Amino acid sequence: MKVSLEWLRELVDIDRSVAELAETLTRGGIEVEDVENLNKGFEKVVIGEIVSLTKHPDADRLWVCVVNVGQEVVTIVTGAQNLLVGDRIPVALVGSTLPNELSIRKSKLRGVVSQGMLCSREELLLDATVGLDRSAEGILVLPHEAPIGENFGKYLGREDSVLDLELYPNRPDCLAMVNVAREVASLTGKKPHLSKWTEQNQVLSLPTASDLRIIIENEELCWRYAGLVVEDVRIAPSPEWMQRRLKAAGVRPINNIVDITNYCMLEMGQPLHAFDRDKISGDVHVRAAFPGEKVVTLDGIERTLQIDTLLIADDCQPLAVAGVMGGLDSEITKDTKRLMIESAHFSGVSVRRTSRRLGLRSEASNRFEKGIDVYGIVATLGRVCDLLLELGAGRPVALVDVVKNLPAQRQVSLSVEHTSTVLGAELEMAEIRQVLEDLNFKYQEQDGQFEVGIPSYRSDITIEEDLMEEVARLIGYDRIPTTLPQGDLTQGSRTPEQEFRRRLRRAFAQSGMDEVITYTFTRAEADAQWGSAKHSIPLLNPLREELGVMRTSLVPGLLDVAARNVTRRTMNVSIFEIGNTYWGEEQPLQKLPREELRVAGVAVGKNGRHWQNQLVNYDFYYLKGILDRVALEFGLKLEYRPAENQVLLHPGRSADVYLQNQCVGFLGEMHPSLEKTWGLERVVVFELEFAALLARMRQTVRAHSIPRFPGIQRDLAVVVAKDTPAEAVLSKMRKLGGELLQQVEIFDVYRGNPIPDDRKSLAFALRYQSLERTLTDEEVNLLNSRILEGIQQEFGAEWRK
Amino acid sequence: MAELAKLGWYRESRLSSLSGDGRLFLWYQSASISFGWVPMDYERVVYLKSEIQRIGEETLRELKELDRQDALQELKVKVLGKKGSLTALLRQMGGLSPEERPMMGQVVNDMRSCLEKAWEERGVELDILALQKRLTTERIDITLPGTCVSRGHHHPLTQVIEEIEDIFLGMGFQIAEGPEIETDYYNFEALNLPKEHPAREMQDSFYITEEILLRTQTSPVQIRTMERLYPALPVKIIAPGKVYRNDDDATHSPMFHQVEGLVVDRGIRMSDLKGILLNFSRQMFGESREIRLRPSFFPFTEPSAEVDVSCMLCGGAGCRLCKGSGWIEILGSGMVHPRVLEMGGYNPQDVTGFAFGMGVERIAMLKFGIEDMRLLFDNDLRFLQQF
Repeated sequence: MKVSLEWLRELVDIDRSVAELAETLTRGGIEVEDVENLNKGFEKVVIGEIVSLTKHPDADRLWVCVVNVGQEVVTIVTGAQNLLVGDRIPVALVGSTLPNELSIRKSKLRGVVSQGMLCSREELLLDATVGLDRSAEGILVLPHEAPIGENFGKYLGREDSVLDLELYPNRPDCLAMVNVAREVASLTGKKPHLSKWTEQNQVLSLPTASDLRIIIENEELCWRYAGLVVEDVRIAPSPEWMQRRLKAAGVRPINNIVDITNYCMLEMGQPLHAFDRDKISGDVHVRAAFPGEKVVTLDGIERTLQIDTLLIADDCQPLAVAGVMGGLDSEITKDTKRLMIESAHFSGVSVRRTSRRLGLRSEASNRFEKGIDVYGIVATLGRVCDLLLELGAGRPVALVDVVKNLPAQRQVSLSVEHTSTVLGAELEMAEIRQVLEDLNFKYQEQDGQFEVGIPSYRSDITIEEDLMEEVARLIGYDRIPTTLPQGDLTQGSRTPEQEFRRRLRRAFAQSGMDEVITYTFTRAEADAQWGSAKHSIPLLNPLREELGVMRTSLVPGLLDVAARNVTRRTMNVSIFEIGNTYWGEEQPLQKLPREELRVAGVAVGKNGRHWQNQLVNYDFYYLKGILDRVALEFGLKLEYRPAENQVLLHPGRSADVYLQNQCVGFLGEMHPSLEKTWGLERVVVFELEFAALLARMRQTVRAHSIPRFPGIQRDLAVVVAKDTPAEAVLSKMRKLGGELLQQVEIFDVYRGNPIPDDRKSLAFALRYQSLERTLTDEEVNLLNSRILEGIQQEFGAEWRK
Repeated sequence: MAELAKLGWYRESRLSSLSGDGRLFLWYQSASISFGWVPMDYERVVYLKSEIQRIGEETLRELKELDRQDALQELKVKVLGKKGSLTALLRQMGGLSPEERPMMGQVVNDMRSCLEKAWEERGVELDILALQKRLTTERIDITLPGTCVSRGHHHPLTQVIEEIEDIFLGMGFQIAEGPEIETDYYNFEALNLPKEHPAREMQDSFYITEEILLRTQTSPVQIRTMERLYPALPVKIIAPGKVYRNDDDATHSPMFHQVEGLVVDRGIRMSDLKGILLNFSRQMFGESREIRLRPSFFPFTEPSAEVDVSCMLCGGAGCRLCKGSGWIEILGSGMVHPRVLEMGGYNPQDVTGFAFGMGVERIAMLKFGIEDMRLLFDNDLRFLQQF
C-alpha cells in the first residue's frame, strides 16, 4: 500500500518527520518498506526572476543573467535565447542534483562566474503542460504569478512523500487510507478526523431505486451488494489534486468516474465498479457462471468461465467477473449518462481462485481476497456521493442495498492479569485503558477485565491474545523485560543419530573430503540412473524441469558438483554429502515417503601437489582408504566384494561394501561409458546407508592391554596369480598364524620384470607376538614356514627369497 | 653461546694434551724405570721396545689425521685387534726369558691402554667435529611451504547449524527433527493456516500431491514434537532442517535451512522469549549485541515479533550492512497461538509457550559476509574451502 503523506495529513495530524513516522509505524507493526520523496531532484530548485540580461563579453551565444531567487541575487550564465527581463524561471542552485541526475556546481564560463543553472523542461523531466509556450525554445518560462523564491517542487505540488507499507495478511484494513490514519493516530496518540468518511447521511437519505432490482443468488459468496444509481453523468478528466493522489498511490487516472471509484477504494478499502446503467437490461444478478459461459472483459479478451466463477449479470448476459474485472459491454464511455456504482462483498476465496485462473490481479481483487469490511459497503458509497457532487460528475439518485449476511459484531475479553503474565510485563489498568482509547475501541471494564468491542474493520482481532498484541505494540515491545524461563532445569542433548551424523561428518572432513550441500530435487533421468525410478517422487510444480524429482541417490548431485568444479578448473575434487534420499512406496503418493539418510562421496583428479611429495591419484584405493579409516573410527570393519551393478561402475574397479554380511552400499570407479555424460574422467564414487552404519557402530571402546613381551618381525614375499585377491591371501595367513600372528600387512605389490605377466608379487610384513611370553626364533620360523606352505598350497604361491 | 664456548675450549685443551711426543716421552721414561736395566736378550728387547714405540707413534699420528668414526674403528682393529700390529708384537715375546716376559707384557699393555685412551679422546673429538660439520652444512629454506595432511572443510551452513545447536544445547534445549516431505495438515492446518487462508500465499510451496508437499518451514516439527511429548513438560526443543519454497534469486533459494525453536511450559512469558533470544544473539554475534522486538504476523504465534539484532558490523551506528538503521532482522518469533497448543494436545488454559524460527542461510551470510545466497548451493570448492 502506497500512502501519500499529503493525503494522509487530511485524515490525521502528523507531528513528526517522514522518517520518524516511518520508524513509528514500523516499530508499531506496520512495516514501512520504503519512503519515496516525490520532490526528489527539486530540493534545490527555486523560482527566480530575471533582473537583467546582458551579452557575455567573450562569447556571442551566451548571456549573463542576474537572477533574483528570493533570499539572494545570483549571476548565472546561460546559452538559452528565449529569455526576457522579468521572466520567472526555475533555477537550480549550486549543490542541486536534478531529476536527470545532473549535478550543479559553481563554475566559470569564459571568465564569468555562474552560480547555478536555469532549467529547461527536459532537464526537469517535465511535460508541455508546465510553463508558457515560449518554454519550448529553451528555458522553462513560468507564468508571472509564480512566487519568487518558492521551491519549484512545492510550486508543482510535488512536495510529498509516499510511504510504501509492507502489510502482513492479518492487516488488510490498512489497504484503506482511513485505517492507515487510524493506525497512525493510535501509534502517535492523536485522534483522526474522519467524520467526512464515516458519516453516511447523504447516501442514507437516498430513496431505493424503483427500477433496479439486485438479486443475490449465491449468498455464500456474496454477503452484501449495494448499487448506487447516478444520473446526469458528465465524463471529464478528474481534477489535478485527485490525479496527483492517485498517481502517488500507483493508480493511473482515467476519467472522473473511474477515478472517483478508485479514489474511494483507496480511501475506504472497498473496491467499487461503475456500470453503464443503460447497458443493464432487467435485474442485476450475482450468480455463478453457467457451464461454458463466456464474457468479454474490459481488456477486450473473451474469457470462458468455470462454473464456480462468480458473475454480475443482467437478465441477458454477464456484466462483470465479480471482484476481478468488468465486462466490455457495460463499460462506461464518454457518452455514458447513467451509472450503477457497485459496492459489494465477494468471497475472498472465490475471487482469489478466479483472479488466479484468469491471470488478472488488481488492487480490487487483492482487497477482496484479503477480506473487506462488510459494514463499510454503504459508507463508501456515501463518500462516492460526496465526490460526485463535489466534482460535478453526476447526481446520485437512488440506492439499492441487499444484505444477506452480516458478520456478528465481536466482543473480546482482555484480562490485565493474564496479559501481564503472558507478556511478562507488569501492566496497570490505566495503561490498558489508554491503549484501548488510542485504538478507539469501545470497552467496558470490570474487576481487571475489559470487554472490548472490536470495530468491524479489524477482522484480525478475534481472541484475547490478539488484543494482547495490540497492547504490546502500543505500549511498545521495548516495555517487555528480559527474563529466562522459570521451570525445571533441562538437559540439552542430541539423539544418538544426531550425534553419529555429526561425528561422521567430522570423520570424512578429517580425511580430507570437503562437505557439500546439494539440492534434494534433481533430474529424473540422472536419479533413475543412480537411484530408483520406481521410488522417486516427482514434484507437481518444480522450479525447473531439471529439479523435477526428489532424489533417491546422492550421487547425481555430487557428480554435478564435481563436473562444475572441474569445468572451472579445480583439478582436485574430493567431496562428500550426508543427506536424505526420499522413497515413495506408491504413485501417486498416499502417505509420507520414507526419508533415508545416506552418505556419499565423489573424488576426481589428484591431490598432494607439494614440492616434496608425489601426487596422489584419486582412485578406488583413495576412497577405500577413507572409508576404512572412517569406519575404524566407529569400530566398524567394512568388507569389499565385487560389485553387482556393472552398469554404473567399472566392472574391474568396483565393490559392494558389506558390513557384517549385509550390503550397505558401493564403492567404485564410474563406468567409462558414463564419463561423457558427466564430463568427468576417472571419477570414483561411493554411497552408504547411514542407518546401517549407525546400527552397527561400536558404542564404547574396549581397551586391549599392550603386550609386555617383544614381538618378532618377518617379511614374506610371494608371487601369485594376477587375479588372486590380496585379502584372500591375508585371511589365509591370519588363519594359519593364529593368535601369535598379531598383525600382517601388505607393504608392496609388484608386477613386471622378472615376474611373468599373469602373476604379481605380494610382500607382507608379519608381526608375531605373545601376550604371555617371549617368542623364540625357532617357533616363529616354524610358524612362518607353515604360513608359507599354506599359501603355496592354496594359491600356488612361489616364495620370493 | 655458553655451551658453544665451552665446547670450543674443550676441543682445544684436548688437542694440546694429545700432542704425541711429549706423552710418549713420559711413557718411555716410566717404562724404562719399571723395566730396570737387564742385559739379557738385549737386542731383542731393544728391538721390541722400539717397535712398540714406533707403532705407538705411528698410531697416534694416524689417529690425529683420521676424520671419521668408522676409520677410527678400522685403525683400532688394525693395531689392537686380534690380528693387530701391537698384538703381533705380544706374540713375538715368546723368545724372551720368563723374567722379561711379564715386564715386556707390561710395556705392551701400558702402550695399549695409552692408545685406547687416545682413541677414546679422539672419538669424542670426532663426534664434536661431526656435530660441527652437521650443524654448518644442514641448512633448509625455511620459507618453503610446510607439509601437512590436507583436511576437508565443513560446509558453512553446517558450521552455522552446529553453532546454533551448541548454543541451544547449552541452554537445555533438545534437538528435534521432522520429515522434509510433509502433509498439508502439519505444514499448514495444524499451524492455524486453514486452506484458503491468505497467509498461505506468503509461501509458495512445492507440491507432490494436493495433500503432500515439501515443508515450507520447520514449524511442523512444533506440532510433531508436542504430539510426541504430550503430556510431558517442559517442551524445549530446537529443530534444524531443510525447507523448501518456490523461489530462486540472490536472496532466495528453493531449498534452504531453518532452525525452529519451541518452549512450552506452565507460565512461559514473552519476556522469556526475549531472554533466550538475547542470550542466543550474544553468543552467536558477540557479547555486546542487543536485540529489539518488532510486532509482526505469523499465523501460529500471537503476539508475534520480528527480532532485530544490533548490527554486528557497526554496532548500531548505521552502515551498509544494516542499511543505516543499526539493526539487522534475524528471526521471527512469538507466543505460541492457543490453537496451535491445542493442535499439539496441550491445554492453552494451563500452559503457554513461545516459538521462533530463523533462516540459517541468512545468518551464515551475515556471519561470513556472503553476498549471494546461491553461492551456498553452487558448491564451488574455491568458495567452500574458505571455511
